[in-house]
Amino acid sequence: MIQAKHITKKFGRLKALDDVSVQMNAGECIAILGPNGCGKTTLLKTVLGMVVADSGEVMVKNEIVKKSNWQYRRHIGYMPQIGRYPSNMKIADVINMMKDIRQNGELNEELASAFDLPALNQKKMGNLSGGTTQKVSAVLAFMFNPDILILDEPTAGLDPLSSEKLKAKIKAENDKGKLVIITSHILSELDDLVTEVIYMQEGKIIFHKKIKTLQEETGEIKLSKAIASILQSGVK
Amino acid sequence: MFKITFIPNIILNYLFKFSDKLKGSRYSLSISLILCIGISPSYAGVIIVDKSQAIQTVQQGISQAKNGDTVYVQAGVYHESKLIIEKSITLIGKGWPVIDAQNKGEIFFIRSRNVWLQGFKLQHTGRSDLKEIGAVMIYDSYAITVLNNQIEDANFGISVQNSKCCTIKDNHIKAFNKDEVLSGNGIHGWKADSLIIIGNTISGHRDGLYFEFVKNSLIWRNVSTQNVRYGIHFMFSNNNTYIGNIFEKNEAGVAVMFSSKIQMYNNYFYDNWGDATYGILLKEITDSHISGNSFVQNTIALQMEGCSRIMIFKNKFINNGFALKIQASCDDNAFTSNNFIANTFDIATNGTLVLNTFDGNYWDKYEGYDLDRNKIGDISFHPVSLYSMIIAHNPAALMLFRSFMVTLLDKSEKLMPIITPESLVDHFPHMKPFDL
Amino acid sequence: MMRKIIKYVLGDIIRNKMVLVYTILLFVISLSVFNIETNTSKGILSLLNIILLIVPLTCIIFSTIYIYNSSEFIELLVSQPIKRKTIWYSLYFGLVLSLSLAYIIGIGLPALYYFPNAKGLMILVVGLFLTWVFVSIALLIAGSSRDKTKGIAIAIVSWLFFAIFYDILVLFILFQFQDYPLEGAMIVLSFLNPIDLSRIQLLLQIDAAAIIGYTGAVFKIFFGRGLGILICVLSMCAWFLIPLWLSVKIFQKRDI
Repeated sequence: MIQAKHITKKFGRLKALDDVSVQMNAGECIAILGPNGCGKTTLLKTVLGMVVADSGEVMVKNEIVKKSNWQYRRHIGYMPQIGRYPSNMKIADVINMMKDIRQNGELNEELASAFDLPALNQKKMGNLSGGTTQKVSAVLAFMFNPDILILDEPTAGLDPLSSEKLKAKIKAENDKGKLVIITSHILSELDDLVTEVIYMQEGKIIFHKKIKTLQEETGEIKLSKAIASILQSGVK
Repeated sequence: MFKITFIPNIILNYLFKFSDKLKGSRYSLSISLILCIGISPSYAGVIIVDKSQAIQTVQQGISQAKNGDTVYVQAGVYHESKLIIEKSITLIGKGWPVIDAQNKGEIFFIRSRNVWLQGFKLQHTGRSDLKEIGAVMIYDSYAITVLNNQIEDANFGISVQNSKCCTIKDNHIKAFNKDEVLSGNGIHGWKADSLIIIGNTISGHRDGLYFEFVKNSLIWRNVSTQNVRYGIHFMFSNNNTYIGNIFEKNEAGVAVMFSSKIQMYNNYFYDNWGDATYGILLKEITDSHISGNSFVQNTIALQMEGCSRIMIFKNKFINNGFALKIQASCDDNAFTSNNFIANTFDIATNGTLVLNTFDGNYWDKYEGYDLDRNKIGDISFHPVSLYSMIIAHNPAALMLFRSFMVTLLDKSEKLMPIITPESLVDHFPHMKPFDL
Repeated sequence: MMRKIIKYVLGDIIRNKMVLVYTILLFVISLSVFNIETNTSKGILSLLNIILLIVPLTCIIFSTIYIYNSSEFIELLVSQPIKRKTIWYSLYFGLVLSLSLAYIIGIGLPALYYFPNAKGLMILVVGLFLTWVFVSIALLIAGSSRDKTKGIAIAIVSWLFFAIFYDILVLFILFQFQDYPLEGAMIVLSFLNPIDLSRIQLLLQIDAAAIIGYTGAVFKIFFGRGLGILICVLSMCAWFLIPLWLSVKIFQKRDI
């Protein structure tokens, strides 16, 4: 579904992405892991067209990502790491605006009711806690039934209960055959969701493996331990 | 018998009307005297020029006339030119006879005394590179009257040279010139004395009125408009008086030079716009009076170069680009009781030396106060702005006209004059405009 | 799509209240100027500097700040299936519409009420033109610099440059090259500053006497005739189209 070929992106001297190539398919739930500043978010933003790569090419559902192509984004639901919204808009305004803009016939509003957002509808975005803002982001990402879900640190800042609700939702969507891409640095959360792992460091993909392979190779069942062991052994 | 009484009747009849118009004027007497001389001969005959009768050309009429005779020219078109009058006769057109020179040259040459020319339409003199060709040429003459004629498309309209006591009145002189070189003047005076020029309208000539070495003359109620150079242009012409004339839309306005004892009263200088166009340019004019004139919408209403001892009072300067540009070469001129209203710049000068006075005028740009309520502002007014000096020096600075930066410069200069002449000042600026 | 986004931008700006304050400020200024000055043409002239200074200042500062404050909004929209161009133009038109409306209500309508002729119309047109130009320049500034403080500083400096420094520069040139005929150069220079261009256009309408009369030959021939007017209109358009176009180019390449 998503193909990235030889993507390089520099911010000044810093190489955020260094010749990254990756293939992601429908039905997968991919965790992109790695230390802070390893290029996870940049990679996602490149897929979204928010960051323009210096070289290389990204294809989403066989459409090339470039500035003249914007329609492909209708397939994507994006939940940013830190959702930033116009502070004087109300939750309802933001949601209505997005509905207005995307005009997707079929709306998926389960998550909104699960999070009990309609009760907060008249609150201004600027007055929301980080957690509530994340809820809004999550709701927006899922609302338009996209084929690809890109979730940047989805559970950061969410209370455990909401976090579980979100994970359940992710699982449900993934089971419907959608591609889910998650970045997170809290590995334990992802154990029961993830089917593949991409590990990045200093703008490079260190490895990209199915979780089963990973478990078999390392003999660890816990994702965090599996990764720790593979990094220690220096295996690629 | 009939003949003898008839002529004086006509003339006296006219004289009566004429005097009536001039009622109360000191000039009526002199005009009457001139006319009386004109009708003094005792034997006066009448000759009638008519296309359908015995005398068919004006030339024949003139040839047959003797001193004191009157030649009537009936309506019709006469293709004649170079009509020389060297005797004292009266020539009167009846029903606007047209004398068309067909571009062959002058129409009337007058070298005589006591000639009266009235009621003709004179046209198409043509032009020459070698000499001045005019519809009416007056040489070495005395007491010539040119009254109520229409002159069209002449090189020169009426030319008076080396003559005295001539009256040029109520003529309409019109040409259609486009450039200065090929065209002549409307009324041209050279070495003349005691001329009376009244109520003529002149347009489309090079200079509407042109005088060189003309003195003791009166120029009154003429309208000189749309000439290709100046409305009036004179030099070396002293002791002349200009009253109630209108100079409008002339290409270069009005320029007068090298003369003294000029009186200019109640003239109207209007709408003379252009690069080097003046309401009036005074160059080397001395000992004169300029009063009661209106200067409205001129590029430069009044420009003075090398002028001395001129009293300029009770004039109106309204809506001009510059109301006054006065060169540092002027001295002892006094401006007082004038109104300066809505001019872009009131005064510009080219130096810091100021030998003229500007006390007691009204300036609409004055922003002072009058605490003692004597209708005179309590603080002095400096009518020269810094920007007006810049622009006078460097016209391209016009681009910055009314820009914020220029306003700042002007205000700071007003607080601390550095460049503008401090002595160009009105110590007694009036709070309200004069009722002029 | 653009209409929808403009609608949200407009709604946001109107809730902002700054534009309302601006409208009232302009309205108070124009009414006081028109009512106090007995000589109405003088009234317009007093208004002249206000238009030429306050309108550009407000437009450039307000728009720059607004773009920086809209970074969340921009971020939100960029990840959606919307053309970046659409987002940027929507921001531009949202700003231009609201600020133009403020100008029309604050100065345009009072001017037309007191001068229902070419003068009033010229005041309206010139003010709107300045609004468009300076919003456009603000977008270029905010688009090129990510740092808000730096961006606002550049905006203020740009305003100072166009409003004052440029004229000082011109004066300097005038003095340096006073022995040369500079009228042609001045015409060119006046096209390189939208404030000067507006001022000259406005003066040709309301104070033509001065400008046309004096040495006006070149200015009159140039600004008064068909070709000159055409060039004026074209350069006015260029003044808001070019910065806008550049800012779009920059925004399209920018990483959010």
